[in-house]
Amino acid sequence: MREFLFIVMSAVFVNNYVLQKFLGICPFLGVSKKLDQATGMSIAVIFVMLLATAVTWPIQTFLLTPNNLGYLQTIVFILVIAALVQLVEIALKRYIPALHKSLGIYLPLITTNCAVLGVTILNIDEGYGFGQSLANSFGSGLGFFLAMVLFSGVRSRMENCKASRAFEGLPITLVAAAIVAVSFFGFTGVVDTLLG
Amino acid sequence: MKKGNSALSNLTRGILKENPVLVLVLGTCPTLATSTSVVNAIGMGLAATVVLICSNIIISLLRKVIPGSVRIPCYIVVIAGFVTVVQMLVQAFFPDLYSALGVYLPLIVVNCIILGRAEMFASKNGVGASALDGIGMGIGFTFALFLMATVREVFGSGSFAGIEIPFLVDFRIPILTQAPGGFFVFGLMMALVFKITHGKAPVKKEMGCAGCINAEACARIRKEEAKG
Repeated sequence: MREFLFIVMSAVFVNNYVLQKFLGICPFLGVSKKLDQATGMSIAVIFVMLLATAVTWPIQTFLLTPNNLGYLQTIVFILVIAALVQLVEIALKRYIPALHKSLGIYLPLITTNCAVLGVTILNIDEGYGFGQSLANSFGSGLGFFLAMVLFSGVRSRMENCKASRAFEGLPITLVAAAIVAVSFFGFTGVVDTLLG
Repeated sequence: MKKGNSALSNLTRGILKENPVLVLVLGTCPTLATSTSVVNAIGMGLAATVVLICSNIIISLLRKVIPGSVRIPCYIVVIAGFVTVVQMLVQAFFPDLYSALGVYLPLIVVNCIILGRAEMFASKNGVGASALDGIGMGIGFTFALFLMATVREVFGSGSFAGIEIPFLVDFRIPILTQAPGGFFVFGLMMALVFKITHGKAPVKKEMGCAGCINAEACARIRKEEAKG
C-alpha cells in the first residue's frame, strides 16, 4: 500500500507530467483557459491513461517481450491507444450519453496526446509490475489534473492584466507556467521524507 | 496552396517565415524537454527531421490511395514505422544520445509538427514539394531547438555542446536547465521574435491550431464553451 502511495505521490508532485516532464503541453496551454474545460479534459486523460496502461502492459509483457518483438512497442502502443479511444467514444455515446456529452469532445484530442503514449512507455521502461503501472498512470493523470486546474486559475487571473505587447498571449502564459513549475520544486523532498 | 509556389519557397518557408516552433507553435513538448543541452537538441532535431522527410514523401505518394475518413490512423502508422527505424538506428550508433533522449524519441510519433505537415501539406502536394517541405520544416525545428538549447546550456550549465566556457561556468543559473527554465526561455524567445520583427511575423498568440491535427476537435471545444 505504502509503495503504491509512494508511486502515486511522486507522479503527482515530484515528476509532474506537465510541469517537470513536459508531456501534454498542448492541452496544458490550449485547453486551460477555463476551469470546467480543464477539469473535463483532465478527467478524460486520467480515464484513458488508466485504460491504455491496462491494455498495453499485458500486450508488452505477454506478447511483445516473449516473442522478441520489443522494437514494435512504439507502433503497437500508438495503434492500440488510437483504437481504444475510438472504442471508448463509441461505447460512451451508446451507453452513457450524458458522460459522452461532457467528455466526448475531449477524447479525439487524447489520441495524439504525448502524455498518454508517454505514460505507457515509461511504465515499461521503469520495469513496473501491473499494479505499479496502474498506480503510476493514475498518479500521472492526477498530476495532469492538478497542473491544469492550478494553471486555469492562474490564467483566469492573468486575463485581467495587461502584459507588454511583445509578451501578450502565449509568451506571458509560458512565463507564468515557469513560475508554477518552480512552485513544484517545493515538493521535491517532501514525498521522500514522508513515504520513502 | 497558393499559385507560384516555387521549390525554393517550399524549402525556406519552414526555416523562418513559418518556423514550426517559434511561429506556428507546434511540437512544444520535445522543444521544452530536449533543449537542455545543445547535443540533445541537435540529436532530437535531426531524428525528427529524418522522420518528417520520410513520412512526408510516403504520405504524399499515398495521398490518392488513403481514404479521407481513416487518414489520421494511416498517417500515424506511416510515422510510427519511421520512428521505429530511427529509434533503432540511434540506439545502434548513438547509444548515449538514445539514453539522453529517453522517452522523447518514441514520442516523435505524436509530434504535432510531423502529423501537422502530413495533414496540411503532404496530403495535398506532390512528392518533390513534400520532400522539400519536410527538409525545410525539419531544419526550422532543429534551428529553433538549437537556439533554445544554446541559451539554456550557455547560461544554465556554463558550457556549449559539453565544452565549458571559462567565465560563465562560475556564474551559471542551473534552473535554466531544469523544467521552469524551459518554459521561461521559450516564452522569452517568442516575445523576442515578435519584438525583432516588430510584430510583422505572424507569431501566433494562441496555440498553433492551424497546423495541428487536433484543430477540428479543439475548435469544437471552443464552440461548445462559447455556447455554454
